[in-house]
Amino acid sequence: MNIAKLVSLTAVIGLSLTTAFIAQAESVSDEKIATLRLAPLDVEPTPPVMQKVLNTDIKQVRNYPMQPPVIPHKIDGYQVDLKVNKCMSCHARKRTGESQAPMVSVTHYMDRENNFLADLSPRRYFCTQCHVPQLDAKELVGNDFVDIDHLIKVKAKQH
Amino acid sequence: MLDKLKKIWQVLRKPSVHYSLGFLTLGGFVAGVIFWGGFNTALEVTNQEAFCIGCHEMENNVYEELKTTIHFTNRSGVRATCPDCHVPHNWTDKIARKMQASKEVWGKVFGTINTREKFEAKRRELAEHEWDRLKANDSLECRNCHNFDYMDFTRQSTRAAKMHSTSLASGEKTCIDCHKGIAHQLPDMAGVEGF
Repeated sequence: MNIAKLVSLTAVIGLSLTTAFIAQAESVSDEKIATLRLAPLDVEPTPPVMQKVLNTDIKQVRNYPMQPPVIPHKIDGYQVDLKVNKCMSCHARKRTGESQAPMVSVTHYMDRENNFLADLSPRRYFCTQCHVPQLDAKELVGNDFVDIDHLIKVKAKQH
Repeated sequence: MLDKLKKIWQVLRKPSVHYSLGFLTLGGFVAGVIFWGGFNTALEVTNQEAFCIGCHEMENNVYEELKTTIHFTNRSGVRATCPDCHVPHNWTDKIARKMQASKEVWGKVFGTINTREKFEAKRRELAEHEWDRLKANDSLECRNCHNFDYMDFTRQSTRAAKMHSTSLASGEKTCIDCHKGIAHQLPDMAGVEGF
């Protein structure tokens, strides 16, 4: 008797929750669905103007110590595949003398057991997995990132 | 053999019996013009992109790769076609290159690179031929458009200006030394200087 009561109770609660959920889902208006594309679904919006890649060759400060440094120049048409790695024609250890480009950090020459290798480690081969060029563009959304130094300073002041 | 040559020589030495001097000189001149015109027209036909990509080897491999580069499409619409880079513009050099290119006819007939795999296997060798040629003529085909004398370093990026005003200006380097793989994909570059 008790068990039957319990079962019916759960069923009732479950049913009401489901209806509430469906009602909520229905309450999302059609216009809001298209907000990310900023155009109705059956209309092809005009894409925004393409932004220029920064080509200043000036090092940018990293936002945190282990951040992969960003690329301060254009990399259009740089071939990085099984056959050749164009980036390394300047950034490889042997090439930095002539190119005066920064050498890729030593971690790129280490395998995952921290053994040093003679050449680039395969797991670090594809540069643009971590390193990207920057655009001269306005932020699309706000960014409230706070540098760790700032946090430390605030904390020190509090004490 | 020698007798035959002697006979031909004797015929050539003899004055003409049936034809007038006017006919021979004027006729010779007209025939010369037609022959020369025809030869040059034929030569120019083989110097067009449409002719180059008439073979699938060129159309499906190198031409497809060129399409993605700045030498095919760019802001000002100036573009390079195959012969702009691969055939010298100077007449004697052009004829020499065309004679070399008869080897490519052989390659076409015997299908040396008639599949993607065969082409990839030969890519390094073929690329090296072009690098050697451009190295030997001081990147002449690049310079037909990119004239060093009229380069404005202030309109180049810092890095480009630095390289061009030093290594290129001194003649220590030529275009192809640094600008490999700008129009087609690079082969395996193991052991190539600068990679």
